[in-house]
Amino acid sequence: MHTQLVKPKHTNTDFEVRSLDELQTEHTQKESLLSYGKFLIMGILFGIILVKSEVISWYRIQEMFRLQSFHMFGVIGSAVVTGILSILIIKKFNIKTIKGENIELPTKQFNKGQIYGGLIFGFGWAITGACPGPLFAQIGSGFSVLIITLLSAVAGTWFYGLLREKLPH
Amino acid sequence: MIEFLKQPWAWYVAGPLIGLMVPALLILGNKTLGISSSLRHVCAACIPAKIPFFHYDWKKEAWNLVFVAGIILGAFLVAAFFNNPNPVNINPKLVSELNGYGITDQHSLLPEQLFNWQQLLTIKGLFFLVFGGLLVGFGTRYAGGCTSGHAIMGLSNLQLPSLIATISFMVGGFIMANLILPYILKL
Repeated sequence: MHTQLVKPKHTNTDFEVRSLDELQTEHTQKESLLSYGKFLIMGILFGIILVKSEVISWYRIQEMFRLQSFHMFGVIGSAVVTGILSILIIKKFNIKTIKGENIELPTKQFNKGQIYGGLIFGFGWAITGACPGPLFAQIGSGFSVLIITLLSAVAGTWFYGLLREKLPH
Repeated sequence: MIEFLKQPWAWYVAGPLIGLMVPALLILGNKTLGISSSLRHVCAACIPAKIPFFHYDWKKEAWNLVFVAGIILGAFLVAAFFNNPNPVNINPKLVSELNGYGITDQHSLLPEQLFNWQQLLTIKGLFFLVFGGLLVGFGTRYAGGCTSGHAIMGLSNLQLPSLIATISFMVGGFIMANLILPYILKL
């Protein structure tokens, strides 16, 4: 099954836009207005967790990169362990989505962008103390000036799109 | 009860809850956790220009924008009703280092002496608020994901590229925080 959508000129390096995947199933369909509600609720829960765990704190990020606190490593580590176990359980018991579809997990291919882009993001993470999720949470917590940082991140994404064909991948 | 809810959560409470976002989104609609992709959707929706990378049907990914709107709302709810009134419990070594740069106020989650509208007009403010944001946006898309998409979702699915990306995030962060930021903070 091939999609009729306009595809990027060269191979896919971004596996997060799943409507561009070859395999077209539920995740590629537009959701009904009502079904967005469940993702809004999940987002609200995620926002609450991000603030209560203080992972949106610039101080916590500085501690992490200076190896002065276990907190961030504990949060990320236990999140990954929980995620790994969850996916093992989903696979083992062939758990379906609430609509009865098979759960599909994208396989990612290596490209050099994961190293270069990863390093660049790491620089930005240490400066702003925020990865994209916490950035939204910081704004919601009332740090209004971070709207500028969010707009800058959108601009950064746009510049990547502009320069993409010229960058090593 | 309210007092209890105002306390910050330990890593072993928050981490597993974040991890549970992975199966929850998969089961609710075959969605993979990933936040930075929302920035690409914003570009695709608002400023696609003639860049092929931004020409796709972003409406099919609109759940992701709804999800980040939820994050803003969730954070707002905490700030409005369950905010921790105490200062952040920071390692004393970091406190004394920051004091050396004139960052002395630790009563909220971010140093307000760095992150405020007045700072925006200074070199330091431009560096922290604008340049940092540019790197976050450029780097996450170049890497194909951020902490949620690679470090949480990708590692949960045992993807080697995500491990490579996560290690790169950490190396970049260590270099910036230890070797470069001290000079910027002294400005």
